[in-house]
Formats: sequence, C-alpha cells, structure tokens
Amino acid sequence: MRAVLHAEWTKLRTVRGWVVALAVAAAAVVGLGLLTGGQGSCGRNGPRSECVLPVGPDGQEVTDHFTFVHRSLTGDGSITVRLNGLTGVLPRKPGLGGPPDSTGPQATEGGTGDGQPGLAPWAKGGLIIKDGTRPGSTYAAIMLTGAHGVRMQHDYVHDRAGPPAPATTPRWLRLTRAGQTITGEESPDGTAWTTVGTVRLPGLPATAQVGTFATSPQFTWILGGGRGVGGAMGGPSEVTATFDNLTGRDTGPDASWSRTEVGGDASPQPEQLGASWRVTGSGDIAPAVSGISGIGTTVSQTLAGTFAGLILVVVVATMTMTAEYRRGMIRTTVAAVPRRGRILLAKATIIGAVTFGLGVLAATVVVVVGGRVLRAHGVYLHPAAPGIEVRLVVGTGLLLAGAAVLALGLGALLRRGLTAVVAGIVVIVLPYLLAMTVLPPEPAKWLLRVTPAAAFAVQQSAVSYPQVDDFPIPVNGYFPLSPWAGLAVLAGWAALVLGLAGFSLRRRDV
Amino acid sequence: MNQTSIVVNGLRKRFGPTLALDGMSFTVEPGQVTGFVGPNGAGKSTTMRVVLGLDAPDAGTALVGGRPYRSLPCPLRVVGSLLDAGALQPGRTARNHLLWLAHSQGLTAARVDEVLEQAGLTSVARRRAGGFSLGMRQRLGIAAAMLGDPAVLMLDEPFNGMDPEGIVWIRGFLRALAAEGRAVLLSTHLMSELQDTADHVVLVGRGRVLADRTMPELLARHGSLERAYLELTRDAVEFRAAGSPEASR
Repeated sequence: MRAVLHAEWTKLRTVRGWVVALAVAAAAVVGLGLLTGGQGSCGRNGPRSECVLPVGPDGQEVTDHFTFVHRSLTGDGSITVRLNGLTGVLPRKPGLGGPPDSTGPQATEGGTGDGQPGLAPWAKGGLIIKDGTRPGSTYAAIMLTGAHGVRMQHDYVHDRAGPPAPATTPRWLRLTRAGQTITGEESPDGTAWTTVGTVRLPGLPATAQVGTFATSPQFTWILGGGRGVGGAMGGPSEVTATFDNLTGRDTGPDASWSRTEVGGDASPQPEQLGASWRVTGSGDIAPAVSGISGIGTTVSQTLAGTFAGLILVVVVATMTMTAEYRRGMIRTTVAAVPRRGRILLAKATIIGAVTFGLGVLAATVVVVVGGRVLRAHGVYLHPAAPGIEVRLVVGTGLLLAGAAVLALGLGALLRRGLTAVVAGIVVIVLPYLLAMTVLPPEPAKWLLRVTPAAAFAVQQSAVSYPQVDDFPIPVNGYFPLSPWAGLAVLAGWAALVLGLAGFSLRRRDV
Repeated sequence: MNQTSIVVNGLRKRFGPTLALDGMSFTVEPGQVTGFVGPNGAGKSTTMRVVLGLDAPDAGTALVGGRPYRSLPCPLRVVGSLLDAGALQPGRTARNHLLWLAHSQGLTAARVDEVLEQAGLTSVARRRAGGFSLGMRQRLGIAAAMLGDPAVLMLDEPFNGMDPEGIVWIRGFLRALAAEGRAVLLSTHLMSELQDTADHVVLVGRGRVLADRTMPELLARHGSLERAYLELTRDAVEFRAAGSPEASR
C-alpha cells in the first residue's frame, strides 16, 4: 500500500495544471474571504463609538439593556407584584421597495419613531433580581412575554417556559431569594401559585437590586410571508408594563426606589412608587447574537469563499481519475497495481490529505487575517472561542477533503471527466449556493440536511438561542445540522460513492 | 520453465455478440522471442489484456510464472508490457511518467534514469510526454516495460511509428533480452521485421491458435513468414481486397 500511495502522490504532483489549480483553490478561499469584508461603524466615529458588548457570567457576550425600577435587597427576601399586561410599539411595517437592511451594526436603543402599536414576541416585563445595575452582571427574572407566555430566565442564556399566558391580561409574579437560590412563581389570580423555576446564582452578592423591569428586542418584519430573502426589515421596538399590588418581605430598611436604564447613559433617578406604575423599555436581556437581530458578524463570514475553492478541488479530484480513463492510462495503472481497490483508496488518501492540508492552511490565514480586516473596517466581529476557531479551520480542511474524495468517487464511477465534474458540482456546491441565495428557508434547510453540502455546517459559528428571534436560517449563517453531523453527511456520501466506484472498478474490464 | 513464462490455456471471452477469444491456448517460452501474429480482430490484444488481468476471461486461465497476474505483489518486476504507447498524461514529463510507475513497484529514481538511458530518452526525459512523436512514445513505453527488470516482456506493435533506426534498435534490443533468458511476446503486423527477430511464432485467427511453430519450421514449409501468414490465415480473415495474392488463387 505504501508503494501505491507513493505512486499516486507522484502522479498528483507531476501534473502542473493540477498543482496550479489546487494552489488557486486555496488562494480563492483566502482572497474571497478577505474581499467580502463589508463596512461597519465600530470605532469609526471617534471615541465612544467602539463596539463593546457586556460579558455575562459564563464569559460570553450579552445584550443587557432594560429599564429597571429597583431597590436593594440584603439577604433573603421576596417580592410579589401584579403585572397588568403589556403594550408596545413596533417599527412600522415597511411597504415593498423600501430601503434594504443595513449589514453593519445596528443600535438596539434609540427612539422607535413613527412606529405602530404591537408587541415583539420576546417583549418582556416582570420581576428581576440582579447584582447591581452593571450590564452583564448575574441575574434571575420571572416575566411575562409578548408571545411566549410566562418565562423564568437567568444569566442570559438560560430560559425556562412557564404556563402560556396572554400578554394583555393581568398576571401575578413573585421572586424569592433564599441564599444563592432564586425561585420564580406565577399566578393568574394571586392565590393559586405555580413555581416556574428555581435557579442558583453563585455570583449573587448579599445585597442585590430587586424590582420591576421592561425591555423589548430588535424587531424584524419578514416580507413576503417569510419567503423572500432580503425582504427582512426591522428596528427597535418598545414595551410598557403596568404594575400594581406590590408586596415585599424582608426588603430591609433602605426602601427607596430608583429608576435606572441599565446599559444606558443616564444616571439613576429617584422614584416614588404609587399604587400603580409603568415601566417602558427597549433592548434585551439575552445572549448577544450576530445577524439581523443582533450586531456585527461572526468569523465564519471570512470563510465565505470556500465554495469557490471547493469547485476547483472538485474539478482536480475528479480529473485525477477521469484523465486516466481518457488516455487509457488506467490500464497502465491497473497493470502496475492489480489490486484495484487499493488504487482508489490510495488516490482518495492522497487527494484527501492534500486538500485537507490546503483547506486548513487557507482557513487559518483567512480566519486570522480576515478577522483583522473586518475589525479594521469597523465591523463588529463576535469573538469565537479558540475551540470554535480550531473547529472552523479543521472543519474547512475536512470539508475540502470530503468533497475531493466524493468527486474522485464520482469520477471513477462515471469515468467521463465533464459528466463527473458537473455531477460533483451539482451535488456538492450547487445546493449550498442555492440555499444561500434564491431558495426559501425550508427547501434550503432540506437541501443542507441531505446533500453533501450539509458539511458547510462545520463552518457555522453563530449560536442560535430559542429566546432570541434571530431567524436561524441558512442565509443568516445557521445550518440545520450540527457541525459534525453535517460533516458526517458528506463523509457518508463520499464513502458510499467511493464504495460503489470500488465495486465497479473491480468488476469491470478496464 | 513455468517460473518465467506465459501459459495461456483455453481462454474464452465474449464482448456482446462478438466472440473475441474462442479457446486461445499457447505458451511463451523463456530465452526466445515469440511472435504473436494474426489478422485484426483475431484476439491478440484481448489475450494480452487478459494476461495482464485487465480483462476477465469468461473461461480459461492465463498464468505468468505459474501465477495469475493479479496475485503478483509487484507485477512490473515480473512482466513488462507495452499495450498502448499513447496511454500517457500529456502534461507529465517522460521521467515523471516512469517515476510514478517506479514508485508503484517500490523502485527508485535511479532505476528510472537507467531505463531512460537504455531507451535513448535521456536528453528528452524532462520534456512533456504530450509533445512526443509516436516513435518517442514507443521508446517511453519500452522503457516503462523495462523498469522492473522483468523476466517476461509483452509488447503490442512496438514498431509502429518508429523510424528505421528505431526499428533496428528494437530488433537488437529484443534479441538481447531473449539471449539473457527472458521470455518475449511480440505482437506485430510487420512480417519481415518479425522474421528477423522471432524464434517462435504463434499465429492466431478468430480467437484461437491457428499455428504454433518455430520460425525454422515455418520457413521450411512456406518459404517466408509472410507466405506462411497468408496461407494459414486464409479462412480466418473477415475482409480481403480483390486482387490480393490470396484472393486471386
């Protein structure tokens, strides 16, 4: 087997056209990745225009922007309130032909301008206990939402559903602290209570801020019934929660209330709570996301040129097989190596190893340099954990290698260069391009589940959270399969086609 | 002397409606050049492909040194063959073409340079094979066949496209190889060249052996190899032009 591998390596490296094409493939991944930078405003409009997101207790970046009517709670205690429904303002639904959505960072604060009445599905109002008013600090909250009923959430990424409840009817909410444990309860009438969740906040100091809050996230209208790509427009939304019937236990002697816009610039204002009070807020308490509901982009964007490199890899990998049939050289090869399965295996190993190496090299360059270019252009880039970046780089290598082996198998099966190259591009690259451009989300997701293009999932670094409406569809950088499952789909296809090719090569005369 | 010879026994092979091999049986002895002749479509190339394990016969066996070709671990060290001089990747240089073949048999670049020298290709070794004339490709094919220093050689029409100097060179080269004790199977349509080169002739038609004689036997009976060919294949050819020596009889 070593001799066969050596022979196939010699074959690959001694055809100048193939070597050049593979080098161009790597260059295309890097070049396109650096070109698709885009422009942003982070750090470009003088001091204080830098995009800095608060960091949550788990170390990830978060959005923490809400209106908070609060006072101190030292030690254990409890607060109960009646929430008399939510009302809100959404950005005006655009007519067709409106201005396109900007790709740069979007502010989540700011006036809602000429909005229209309505509630964002994840508009929130309720009770919260938090370590001070610093954005990103630990918290737990029980809330009523625009369309997702009662929820218990804590530390930005954790979300637990309570009973479904309409946002417009009164709901009783209670938050109880016992040590580091926070319990959220809810009730339709103030007498029959249900526990929604009990969570631990290890970082919560003895004295915490507790009170009522309201906030409402970026809202996006999807035009054309959610089918049109590029038909998404939105802006900030706003919610107003009306509270009454406040009762508290053990809230201590310092019973004065303040109103703070957490994440905003204004300093806290003293507040006199009457029998009923309103809290109006805009923003979100959630993990920070990229894409249309968040700001900036992910490092995955630097790998957008992979498809171009992939096309060249498919062409070369196919031709390493079909060129032998075209010239009759396959007879020389089989005469030299009568165990024909080994020929295929050696070819697959060599083209797979070479394209893996090229993919890793190109991805390393483009992830490192491309990230810097994006930042230099003022685009906010969500930092990816080192583990994620390694997965993107290694995954890109595996994506190229898997595609190369599949293309080689198609070449051995179909034996004709043009037919096999077209087949390879149609099954590997075309589904990805269609899903990323013209296809509606559902067929796009379906293609990215079953075709070899599923392996592009390995390049996803955006994380989707159910409690953030970020439209997790392929166009926005969300794939239907997990990274390794997507890669497994490609590996399965490659193994199947290579197996069939081996069967055919062994059975037929050459 | 099975160790270094080709034994073909009862080969049958059908391609669709065409019966290409119909009980082909013969032996190629070491130390001799064996001519392999017959009309087009007689089954010469198919027989060679079966010997090399490229085509699977419907029946019968082909053994090289007593073993099926497919079971040889480094087959080019046992059998060298030239079936189609055009079977090259045109972008690869002559030397690199031989280099991958050498690597497939665990041989080194030094051996490649030896056979390039033997075939008279040293000066063009680093030129792309796609630019070679047919005669140079034949030399490259012979160099490839010699790579593994094999005891058995099988060459299909090596004289094609060769200039007179090349033809003289092959003739002497094959005689020398046989003199070293190798078995050489030489398929050609050039009877005069074969008459001066071969010790033994296997004459085939319609997928089977028509005559399997030594050269002196054939010459004694028919006068020349060409006459022997025409007389023996009279019933085995599919087309013959009016006015040709055999048709006018």
